[in-house]
Amino acid sequence: MTPVLRVRNLVRHYGANAVLRGVDLDVAEHEVVVLIGASGSGKSTLLRCVNLLEEVDDGQVFLDGVDVSDPRADADAARRRMGIVFQAYNLFPHMTVLDNVTLAPRVVHGVDPAVARERARELLDRVGLADRTGAYPDQLSGGQQQRVAIVRALAHEPRLLLLDEITSALDPELVGEVLTLVRDLAAQGRTILMATHEMGFAKQVADRVCFLADGVLLESGPPEQVLGAPEHPRTQAFLRRIIAAGRL
Amino acid sequence: MSSGHHQPSALQQERLAYRRSRARRSTVVAFLSTVVFAVAAWLAVTSSPGWPRVRDSFFDVDAALRALPAVLDGLWLNLRVLVVCEVLILALGLGLAALRSLRGPVWFPLRALATGYVDLFRGLPLIICLFLVGFGLPGLRLTGVPTDPVVLGCVALVLVYSAYVSEVLRAGIESVHPSQRAAARSLGLTHAQAMRIVILPQAVRRVLPPLLNDFVALQKDCGLISVLGAVDAVRAAQIESAKLYDFTPYVLAGLLFVAMAVPSARLADWASARAARRRGGAS
Ligand SMILES: Nc1ncnc2c1ncn2[C@@H]1O[C@H](COP(=O)(O)OP(=O)(O)OP(=O)(O)O)[C@@H](O)[C@H]1O
Ligand SMILES: [Mg+2]
Repeated sequence: MTPVLRVRNLVRHYGANAVLRGVDLDVAEHEVVVLIGASGSGKSTLLRCVNLLEEVDDGQVFLDGVDVSDPRADADAARRRMGIVFQAYNLFPHMTVLDNVTLAPRVVHGVDPAVARERARELLDRVGLADRTGAYPDQLSGGQQQRVAIVRALAHEPRLLLLDEITSALDPELVGEVLTLVRDLAAQGRTILMATHEMGFAKQVADRVCFLADGVLLESGPPEQVLGAPEHPRTQAFLRRIIAAGRL
Repeated sequence: MSSGHHQPSALQQERLAYRRSRARRSTVVAFLSTVVFAVAAWLAVTSSPGWPRVRDSFFDVDAALRALPAVLDGLWLNLRVLVVCEVLILALGLGLAALRSLRGPVWFPLRALATGYVDLFRGLPLIICLFLVGFGLPGLRLTGVPTDPVVLGCVALVLVYSAYVSEVLRAGIESVHPSQRAAARSLGLTHAQAMRIVILPQAVRRVLPPLLNDFVALQKDCGLISVLGAVDAVRAAQIESAKLYDFTPYVLAGLLFVAMAVPSARLADWASARAARRRGGAS
């Protein structure tokens, strides 16, 4: 079966800084893949390249077998089939929660506004935010904002959900509510590629953990292997630092 | 607030009484000092040797009443010019700001063109632009080029003010966090949709106070189209003044311009106060 996402030899430079030097990665349907790696190793860059928010300098990104990194491909159409949530500044501050969630269905997918609102209410209700539909983002806590951002990314039923350290800007007591939501999504069989520093969480939900260093995926495998008994010395060093910092 | 049912203590009541008395005192002081200053200024002006002549030629109520209909007619023209120009300025300013915010080498020619336009018309004094457009354009005798001084005056105002307004709008556009654009694009919105639905509404909100300030400045600069011969309030005052051998119509026109600017100035104050409150509330 063709994987939902296939990345082949992905290269991305920022000037002289070669951030990605040939990344190969597959994410199969219903699979949850977690990207780990030091700060600055290129996790965000990889996710943004997959979402075509960054141009790639070489290599290919296939979505359901179609090369979407081809300049002749319709990037807007490809993005509509993915959802992405960033670390912060996801929600549009001048729109209510409901308008944020229904924007893409209404404007991009041509869904009838009443239907879009109905569906958005249902999704928000499922994440415990039914009573905040009329609120503006700055009237919500950080954890509530991230949950709305996830709901918004799900509103058009994406094939692939990309999550980029969605809890790292949150106070520790708010991290749990967001991770619980991601765990539910994983249990529902969503296809997810996420970058995170939450190693404990990665251990629980990941089908596969990928370690990114020096611009390539140095190691990749089931969480108990990559996090428990890593083979590569760089992975071992990275995990020792994480453990020393008390985060595993 | 929970203090709705709270019965202030004697200490707090004494403090409140003190604050009230302080407030009363500063009001009285402000009022008295204003009156003293006004009386002193009035006495200084009216006791000056030239006052009787100045009063007769600048503050002649009779002349003001006779000039009023013509000046009001002119002001009506100014008002229409203002509204039309404002709409065109906003549209052109938005277009220029959007062009200058385009990223990527493909757009270099358009970006450079917009930058050149802004550099030129922001630097050019309005009066020179008015002369060049008002007398230069019709001088070419091209067919289709308007010769009406009102239209030519509007063209000059729009050229100069759109350059200002585009810079204000661009500052607003660039103050919106880049993640907002990324978030919009990631939802599948096109560049134009992201700009229109996500970026611009936030940008305009942020720059509303300086935009309204430019609007107030435009209100009085509309009077400059009189140099091209358009019979607006300033020109009408000039004509009446020549007929009556009296400067009062100018004072009248000036007061009317001030009266027209006051509502916009209050609107600008209100907008900045609201923007400040929102920023305060959002932090
Ligand atoms: N727009 C940019 N321009 C120039 N350099 C950039 C840009 N974005 C990222 N970089 C560089 O690319 C490298 C990888 O950045 P990236 O944000 O992908 O790292 P990351 O793995 O997500 O780190 P973190 O865990 O801190 O989020 C860094 O060295 C960064 O400085
Ligand atoms: Mg990152």
